Amino acid sequence: MGKLTTQQLQAKANHIREDIISMLKEAKSGHSAGPLGLADIFSALYFDILNLRPEEPEWADRDIFFLSNGHTVPVQYAAMAEAGFFEKKELQTLRKLGSRLQGHPEREKLPGLENTSGPLGSGLSQAAGYAYSLQYIDEVKHRFVYVVMGDGELDEGNIWEAAMFAGKNKLSQLIAIVDRNNIQIDGSTEDVMPLEDLRGKWESFGWHVLEIDGHNIESIIDAASQGRAVTNRPTVIIAHTIPGKGVDFMEYDYKWHGMPPNAEQAKDALKKLRTLDGKITHEGAGV
Amino acid sequence: MNYPLNPARFDDDVTREPIRAGFGRGLKAAGESNEAVVALCADLTESTQMHLFKEAFPTRFIEIGVAEQNLVTVASGMARAGKIPFTSSYAAFSPGRNWEQIRTTIALNNQPVKVVGSHAGISVGPDGATHQMLEDIALMRVLPNMVVLAPGDSIEAEKATKALAENGKPSYIRLAREKTPIFSTDDSPFEIGKAYVVREGTDVTLLGTGTMSYQLMVAAEALAKKGVNAEVIHVPTVKPLDSETILASVKKTGRAVTAEEAQITGGFGSAVTELLSEVMPAPVKRLGMQDRFGESGAPDELLEHFGLTGEKMAKTITTFIEKAPQYKPGY
Repeated sequence: MGKLTTQQLQAKANHIREDIISMLKEAKSGHSAGPLGLADIFSALYFDILNLRPEEPEWADRDIFFLSNGHTVPVQYAAMAEAGFFEKKELQTLRKLGSRLQGHPEREKLPGLENTSGPLGSGLSQAAGYAYSLQYIDEVKHRFVYVVMGDGELDEGNIWEAAMFAGKNKLSQLIAIVDRNNIQIDGSTEDVMPLEDLRGKWESFGWHVLEIDGHNIESIIDAASQGRAVTNRPTVIIAHTIPGKGVDFMEYDYKWHGMPPNAEQAKDALKKLRTLDGKITHEGAGV
Repeated sequence: MNYPLNPARFDDDVTREPIRAGFGRGLKAAGESNEAVVALCADLTESTQMHLFKEAFPTRFIEIGVAEQNLVTVASGMARAGKIPFTSSYAAFSPGRNWEQIRTTIALNNQPVKVVGSHAGISVGPDGATHQMLEDIALMRVLPNMVVLAPGDSIEAEKATKALAENGKPSYIRLAREKTPIFSTDDSPFEIGKAYVVREGTDVTLLGTGTMSYQLMVAAEALAKKGVNAEVIHVPTVKPLDSETILASVKKTGRAVTAEEAQITGGFGSAVTELLSEVMPAPVKRLGMQDRFGESGAPDELLEHFGLTGEKMAKTITTFIEKAPQYKPGY
């Protein structure tokens, strides 16, 4: 697959957002804000950064992507369907009995998932374990391991155990992305349990730190590229995002963390996403 | 009965060795025969006997530090990369501290990580209750996909470790710190999922796991002197339980006693009781820790104190047999 233009990647991100709304409305439960805020990052991951073969999910030479905050998995399912891992109509089975699209991702259910996650704080360790295997045991230099974490889950001690481990071992094939949207279930991250100085924390653990606008797809791709070029440290990209991005009545509002839109809200959201100031054009939303 | 036993097992000078020593040898051997085997430790490399592997395969040994949650989750990621990770710490910390990570990233994720819980049971001794892990069997056997082993001596621990390297499944193996009499031989069989009759009898079935199997053998000899002919079954695999062997024996004897160096609540005794109550409701006596924590003391003293030596168990079993009617089909 040739590289997509920025405009094409933005269109992919919008398709992903539309599918998130449509899936969540159908599922009648699930998380809205996080997945919408991550849509640009997932567009960049699945359509530029990650070296994957959707038709061959276990391709031995692939890059590895771990989702640590499993509750945002609708964005991953939507991106995977958009990329051709499975048919889009299956998105409508999210959270339903017998579905491969579990409410939180289960590796064995759906080819293309690398881990099972939901309980927070474990994804960075798994990514570090994979990256350690590549770097020190298999000595494979051209494959990279990416992990997306939420900022709320940085409250978990397990994350900082992994941060120490990756820093100690200079896991340069590990690239972590923190979705810095400043919300968690009980409110703002800085009220619930302050994370700042977040950059300083990661730096002191031995990480190469980049801070970007998580909705600027060129910045996301550029940061990943920089991360791959750093050969003596792991990289963390602190991606500043707007929770609920793209749907104005969800943006910045932490009550949408764990809530799906109802039919009326979904209709409204899809209308907003499809017009978005006329900036994004695409053919047929398929929802 | 087809289980070769150490003929010197009841001698005063019987060879004794910590069960964990067999694990150390087995892990090194597994590393030699399978390049995918890697070892991760949480700052207890020598006491969990991983140093033998570390010395032989330094690049495949990973020091995690005192971070048990990271221990098993890094291992989960390595398993996804095609490795067969063995993770070791004291059982009180792993699976004691990191049970959720084991549940989600190993059991549900179905990755062949081997959780090695060393220093389990009250025989840890003077360290006291905090370090005497008694709940690990219960914690691990409730997890779907999880295999649970508690070998009875160091020879068997070596065989069990080699078998785990090849079973392709999430697994837990429970090890003990203290020197334990060796009752098996190099030729004794070991297969995951199998229980072994180590003494044939007709009056009662004594089922032991881990260190307690030997104590039940001692108890059976004491019972024999009083005219009670006990059958002893060594059950190194708590899950999957060898129901066929257990049921065949209890069908013959009509009553059962279980013994474990662990809480009887939810542990091995519970597993046997669950099986029998559904299929063959024979009377059962569960020996082990009776819903209480341990305390500091010498290992032998503690086993005596909590009634888990062969002699003490023989008395308890005698009382049980006097009261418990033998199960007959048709009850």
